[in-house]
Amino acid sequence: MISVTGSGLEKEIERRCGEKVRLCFQCGKCSTGCLFSPAMDFLPHQVMKLVQLGVEERLLSSRTVWICASCVTCTARCPNDIDVARVVDTLREMALERGVRPAEKNIPLFHSCFLANIRATGRISEPVLMGAYKLLSGDLTSDVGLAVKMLRKGKIKLVPSLVRGRREIRRIFRESRRKEMARR
Amino acid sequence: MRTYGYYPGCSQFSSAEEYGDSAVKVAEALGLRLEPLPDWSCCGASSAHMTNHLLSVSLPARNLARARERGGDLVVVCAACYHNLKSAQKALLEDEALASRVEKIIGSNPRFRGRIVHLLDVIYEEVGVEALRERVVNPLRGLEPVSYYGCLMARPPEMMEGDNPDNPRRMDELLAALAAEVKPWSYKTDCCGGSLSLTRADVVVGMVNRLFEAAEEAGADSLVTACPMCLANLEMRQREGKLRFAHEHDLPVFFFTELIGLALGMEEAEAWFSKHLLDPRPLLWRKGVATGSVRGLPGSGTVKARR
Repeated sequence: MISVTGSGLEKEIERRCGEKVRLCFQCGKCSTGCLFSPAMDFLPHQVMKLVQLGVEERLLSSRTVWICASCVTCTARCPNDIDVARVVDTLREMALERGVRPAEKNIPLFHSCFLANIRATGRISEPVLMGAYKLLSGDLTSDVGLAVKMLRKGKIKLVPSLVRGRREIRRIFRESRRKEMARR
Repeated sequence: MRTYGYYPGCSQFSSAEEYGDSAVKVAEALGLRLEPLPDWSCCGASSAHMTNHLLSVSLPARNLARARERGGDLVVVCAACYHNLKSAQKALLEDEALASRVEKIIGSNPRFRGRIVHLLDVIYEEVGVEALRERVVNPLRGLEPVSYYGCLMARPPEMMEGDNPDNPRRMDELLAALAAEVKPWSYKTDCCGGSLSLTRADVVVGMVNRLFEAAEEAGADSLVTACPMCLANLEMRQREGKLRFAHEHDLPVFFFTELIGLALGMEEAEAWFSKHLLDPRPLLWRKGVATGSVRGLPGSGTVKARR
């Protein structure tokens, strides 16, 4: 049911990130400026509307939440000062916490490989990241020529650079994830 | 010699080694010493803020705590690191509850109150356009670049201190001081799609292609950037656009530091340019702005091997 006091989803977004999606009056500036809209199933202003209406499942399982590249053009243009990109970040966070099957499976997979790389060594090592992503996504054939060329140019360092404070890094991951989980 | 705390960022030790090296050496030549933060770690990039807000503040916070211990300002060269460190700093200074929570997680005080500043702004403000012009020994006359900031340095608008977030001018002015003939265009702060480069290359190829088309339309022969993600993405996906759209682009992409180094006559420029996936040296030869070792021997095989 549509409530005049705002949907549960709208309230949850506000509690999590402080953004007041109810302020959106559907001017569409966010969607007009969005360079990724051709690949989206819901345009940014539609995402705002769906949050207002509390259509949670379709939103959390949409392509849009993962296609958004956080270029922040929408936020910069919103006449009501809604940080639209932050709302999408929050939706992604919720989708992961709730175990929603992503419509774009490779994008969250890439993020999890990226973060696992930081957790292990403290800095990004491209062969570790790309190797893990390629193996787990099963996309082994694309960009092989590119990887060979990057290796030849010395753009890929085979020995990862290690941070001494790796215990601190692991603690950051443990604590950040624990608190996010406990807040559910 | 002024010294600054320096956050290098992961790319500058791998895919954008030429950026890290040219940034430090050009800064040094201009009287700015960049001292890396001890045991700095990854800022979390897009993957942290897209999936876990607390993580996206805590990872940069570990570095901000080191910057705080050091004192002074913190210089950053990667647009993504710049965006993340600055966003985390803002969140920590505005929200004391968050700051104390993060302090417990990282075990040190993350409330860094110094300025986080991009090297482009340091050169513009501390060296200045006029002083830079006087240092030029190899004017880049005939080179016609467009400046390409990408999205992360310019958004949200408060990221860009002292420049116009819709039409930033500082890079144009610095390049003009090197005698390059900078072309105006409307795509300076459009996103290149870098964060989807591996996962949705199909989407990204179209975006990159659009940028190259716009640059050509503006009459440019090259793009200049201050972001290692942009450069990698533009170089990686330009060729693919060419195959798919059957359109002949041949625009190399430079880091702004590399062109400053070239104009200052720095020997290292050859090594920087040789690292690019799209070799910019043939363009520099054609324009007659290659200098010293970069001059090389056109026709010695390097031209053919550039793809």
